[in-house]
Amino acid sequence: MSWEDSCSDMAILDVTHLRKSFGPLTAVDDVSFGLESGQLVGLLGPNGAGKTTTVSMIAGLVTPDRGEVLVAGRPLAGDTDPAKRRIGLVPQDLALYEELSARDNLRFFGALYGLSGAPLEKSIGQALDLVGLSDRARDAVKVFSGGMKRRMNLAAGILHDPDILLLDEPTVGVDPQSRNAIFDNLEVLKARGKALLYTTHYMEEAERLADRIVIIDHGRVIADDTLAGLERSAAVAGAPITLESVFLTLTGRSLRD
Amino acid sequence: MLTPLIAMVRKDLQLFFSDRRSVIVSFFVPIAIASFFGSIFSGPSKNSEAARIAVMVVDHDDSAISKAIVASAQGDKNFKVTIADDEAARDSVRRGKTSVAVVLPKGFGEKSGAAFFGNGEKPELQTWYDPSRATELAMVRGIMTEHVMQAVSREMFGGAQGRAYLEKSIPQVEASTMNAQQKALLLELLRSVNGYYDAGGSGGTGRSGGLSMPYTVKEEAVTAGSNVAYNGYAHSFAGMGIQFLLFAMANLGVEMLLERQRGLWKRLRSAPVSRQTLLLGKGISGAIISLLILAVSFVFAMIVFGVRVDGGWAGFIGVAVACSIMASAFGILVAALGNTPATARGVTTLAVLMMVMLGGAWVPTFIFPAWLQQFTLIVPVRWAVDGLDAMTWRGIGSSGAIAPILVLLAFAAAFSAVAALRFRWEES
Repeated sequence: MSWEDSCSDMAILDVTHLRKSFGPLTAVDDVSFGLESGQLVGLLGPNGAGKTTTVSMIAGLVTPDRGEVLVAGRPLAGDTDPAKRRIGLVPQDLALYEELSARDNLRFFGALYGLSGAPLEKSIGQALDLVGLSDRARDAVKVFSGGMKRRMNLAAGILHDPDILLLDEPTVGVDPQSRNAIFDNLEVLKARGKALLYTTHYMEEAERLADRIVIIDHGRVIADDTLAGLERSAAVAGAPITLESVFLTLTGRSLRD
Repeated sequence: MLTPLIAMVRKDLQLFFSDRRSVIVSFFVPIAIASFFGSIFSGPSKNSEAARIAVMVVDHDDSAISKAIVASAQGDKNFKVTIADDEAARDSVRRGKTSVAVVLPKGFGEKSGAAFFGNGEKPELQTWYDPSRATELAMVRGIMTEHVMQAVSREMFGGAQGRAYLEKSIPQVEASTMNAQQKALLLELLRSVNGYYDAGGSGGTGRSGGLSMPYTVKEEAVTAGSNVAYNGYAHSFAGMGIQFLLFAMANLGVEMLLERQRGLWKRLRSAPVSRQTLLLGKGISGAIISLLILAVSFVFAMIVFGVRVDGGWAGFIGVAVACSIMASAFGILVAALGNTPATARGVTTLAVLMMVMLGGAWVPTFIFPAWLQQFTLIVPVRWAVDGLDAMTWRGIGSSGAIAPILVLLAFAAAFSAVAALRFRWEES
């Protein structure tokens, strides 16, 4: 499937020809793909492939050297563009204030998006409900387990009810129970019509969640298709096909440190 | 813009007050240290005596004059005199228990009497002193001069030794070959003194008090008003308050680097909030914390140590606010220039210590060499301390706050400009 195919009229997020270099290193080179409402796209790639830089450019954290990010057909224009309200970021780091309570964290992050008063409190309640932390709202984040912190990280990203959710390896270091809970949360969000871009190293996560998979390596998109489409393209007579085998076929078996 | 800005400020204040260690270090440690320094700089209180200089006296002479010198020194309020022998005196000075030992050699009284009228060999008054306390040696030397002059002159004009000396001197002068006119004048002088003895000048209540200082000293501490008294605590609380608010703000900068390291800036930057709002939020919360540190320090100093704002509240508040803004801008500069929290913490600790040391927060700048006093004008702490001193114990009116306020705001503007230029906004 080509980028033009994935960028339908339905796309809420279009990434077009993004390029970013850091000194002599080209981290992202002509990356393009689209994302529709109610769809989860898995962004896969080895270490250093350019996934996080791509997500950072979409979130407005890094300015692309070239190309643009279109939200509902409009390019993002600067730090204060209201269109940024339509994007939620769940960074790989546990980006939370450990000393503050769950509720105070969400109050702060909500205020950054202009939420206040009753609407803010309602959003906090909904976000905590979704991730199953309503009963721990008053507790400081520092006393949470790793899995609870991951769920809080997700709650902070969805608090302002964004149309697009960027998830950068949101399940790193969590136990199977918490991971499963996060998957359930994402399924709910997808069902609510949110567009999710999900970067991960775990093939089984992409297999379970992704409607479409974009594989990126050396800063370039090397595959963009559904799981079935990718498996078909890599099929060899008699050999069992998995996403992992497709991934290794496309990106090679050399170590990426 | 207002909702995110208020949220930024509130969040930073929440974080600051949730860290018990930060609160203790920022509010209570400066009070403790400033109280200690203040007690030193304020001098003795009304209820306590000034520290006396420990002096040992070794009297090998045991004459009327030497005994008078010892007695006079023992009665001096500046000295704590102990009589000792050579060995004990040397040992005490060597161990640092005694600042100075004064040795009156044998024959001191007789020789000093002879030298008093100018024609005898001057005896040697030996001192052994602790080289680490040379300042006290100078004080002892000056005070002992008065005691020796008083004791020798009293004896020569009224004591038995003086009379014996005169009786011996008159025949010697008569037999001398000096110029006849000079001889006549000298004999007249000596006989007049003798006549003074005969008239009872040497005894009873008419005994001479000896030569004494021909003046007294009236000391007046000069401040801006007659009702403005020096209070050493005012300076020490200014210095320590500024030191610890700078440490708090350096910590604010390090916390910003930690926020970046923990990915929090990714969240902040992904929100539709301008860069100015993000930095302004940090700046305002930093300035509020700084102002609180100064306020708590000075309220304590006012209640407990009677520090007064004699220069004008408007000026005092102006300097405190300008100082807080400068410190907050310094914290953001740390975040802009720092690479990692660990390296930034080390470098800024050194920078703060240098600034407070050169700025007169620990010891007054007047003890510095002249060139260094000029140099410290480029240190913001110097202006902050001088400004707060001017508004407290110096009692200079609010006009005296204008220059410190303007300079501190200029430093704040310079720090902010560099921080804005160097701040790393890209979050990869």
